[in-house]
Amino acid sequence: MPLNSQSELLYPYRRSPDQDRALSAPARKPVIIVGAGPIGLTVAIDLALKGIPVVILDEAEGIGVGSRAICFSRRTLEILSRLGCGDQMLEKGVQWNTGRVFRKDRQIYEFNLSPEQGFKHPAFINLQQYYMEGYLAARVQELAARGATLDLRGGNKVTALECFDDYVSLEITTPDGPYTIEADWLIACDGPRSTIRSLMQLDFKGRVFEDNFLIADVVMKADFPTERWFWFDPPFNPGQSALLHKQPDNVWRIDFQLGWDIDREAVIRPENVIPRIEAMLGPDVTFELEWVSVYTFQCCSMQRYRHNRVLFAGDSAHQVSPFGARGANGGVQDADNLAWKLALVIAGKAPAALLDSYDSERRQGADENILNSTRATDFITPKSPISRLFRDAVLDLVEQAPFARPLVNSGRLSVPAIYDESPLNGADDPSLPTATRPGAPLVDLPLPDALGSWLLKRAGGRFQLLVIDHDIPAKEPQGDTFEVSGIDIAIVRLSTTNAPLARPRYLGNAASAVYLIRPDQHVAARWTSYNRSAITAALHTAIATVSEPLSEPA
Amino acid sequence: MNKLNIDANLDDPDGFYAQLLALHEPLDEAASHALNAKLVLILANHIGNREVITQAFDLAFKSTPRSSHTF
Repeated sequence: MPLNSQSELLYPYRRSPDQDRALSAPARKPVIIVGAGPIGLTVAIDLALKGIPVVILDEAEGIGVGSRAICFSRRTLEILSRLGCGDQMLEKGVQWNTGRVFRKDRQIYEFNLSPEQGFKHPAFINLQQYYMEGYLAARVQELAARGATLDLRGGNKVTALECFDDYVSLEITTPDGPYTIEADWLIACDGPRSTIRSLMQLDFKGRVFEDNFLIADVVMKADFPTERWFWFDPPFNPGQSALLHKQPDNVWRIDFQLGWDIDREAVIRPENVIPRIEAMLGPDVTFELEWVSVYTFQCCSMQRYRHNRVLFAGDSAHQVSPFGARGANGGVQDADNLAWKLALVIAGKAPAALLDSYDSERRQGADENILNSTRATDFITPKSPISRLFRDAVLDLVEQAPFARPLVNSGRLSVPAIYDESPLNGADDPSLPTATRPGAPLVDLPLPDALGSWLLKRAGGRFQLLVIDHDIPAKEPQGDTFEVSGIDIAIVRLSTTNAPLARPRYLGNAASAVYLIRPDQHVAARWTSYNRSAITAALHTAIATVSEPLSEPA
Repeated sequence: MNKLNIDANLDDPDGFYAQLLALHEPLDEAASHALNAKLVLILANHIGNREVITQAFDLAFKSTPRSSHTF
């Protein structure tokens, strides 16, 4: 029921010269991405910014409509800022930090997701997924107009696939008939019902939750605050739960838990939906329905996200229930993790084994997301009488006993994965703050305007060495970059005089610190002083290359 | 210490909660009641302080509606 249609054809089918090639000599591309959703477009932009030509195939010709992801985390905004879309997201999105939890008609709990100051981006924004996809598609077209080889092909549906040791061959159908195309690397970003995954007959296992949720996006003028409101057992949906969340353009997301045994056809008829929403909002609020649908939720994952030349990212690799906003936000982290690794492998600067760390790091991320969203769903939808008994006991206690508050689970909102067990992690100095340990994403901090105003505006896109309150020894290169094994490392110098928050976030009690930062803004290794051979060894570890014997420079 | 601690005191509260529910998962309702009864006895013995236990009884009792919780 899309009323506010964003379905204009942003990438209509156009015949490609690749379709005119002889059957025996199909075009071969370095990278083909299947799926022009948020994850496919994010990987494509990241690769294009690193100079890699990309073809994106999508069977549709424009952005999907309807209620999908709406909550985008700080980490997602940081990643999209690096790719040139963050400001639009921030400008259009609705910022929020506060969540309130109600039981019946009483507030029992309130939380602030960002009590700490000193970040460019808020903890979360709410924004309809179609806006995000629109910004990403526009960025693709802008980069292509400026000379990037970024070819977004609508109306191209993959119907068959054959995997070889060093490439993948795809059969594509189009309005003009079929053609064949080959890719050195294929990235499947084609959603939870992934065609690529099915064609490769790969498992997608997990749990289905026995519950139905009515998701409605309504347009209304209302003065509810910009907060996440969650109800257990509200008067307007007795025995179930409900969620209210604001989006731009006076659109509000409403979720009603419905239970398992319902008539799924009947429940979304306007004559049944409208009284339900009226009961929630009160008689004085007028509203229009933008979108209504009924969902059941599941948590599933593939066993491996890399299958030689085929990489799975986003919902094609893993699916979560929506409590915690971990679907799209997890997928954007997949894209962030994959692009730099694949770019280095394609450039011949890192071995293909580097891509195995995409699998291990992002499976860890997906496991965390699935664990958290499963626990939240189990709390919201108790799966047995005893689990309902405990859930209600927690809710009974929460107003009188503070210990019960952290047990109330209406969704644990997305936080970035910290790759503690990553094979890419190098040296750590435990005297430095734990929040910025190897495997963690950088924590933003404000910088003077002359230095780029925010750390995360300066960081990322390539390897960097963050040098804080420290002078690089005189015998070492003093420029802005130095090279290790063909990889440029850019030096970013900071001092606690001009960036005071570097003290708690990066130094702790240490007098100085040196951080090796990956292109995805995660910490690779860190020390309290500069040591060129240690940095060289850590870089080799971070690109999955066997380290050369250490030798001090002459 | 003769005062019941009602502030959060467990690391990883979500993990604790999931562990507690997992313990019950293979049990039917009567067995779950038996398990809960044993947990009360075991944990009370571990606390070993009647004043603290009495405060816990009071908190649990006064936060429980007289007849809303039935299986």
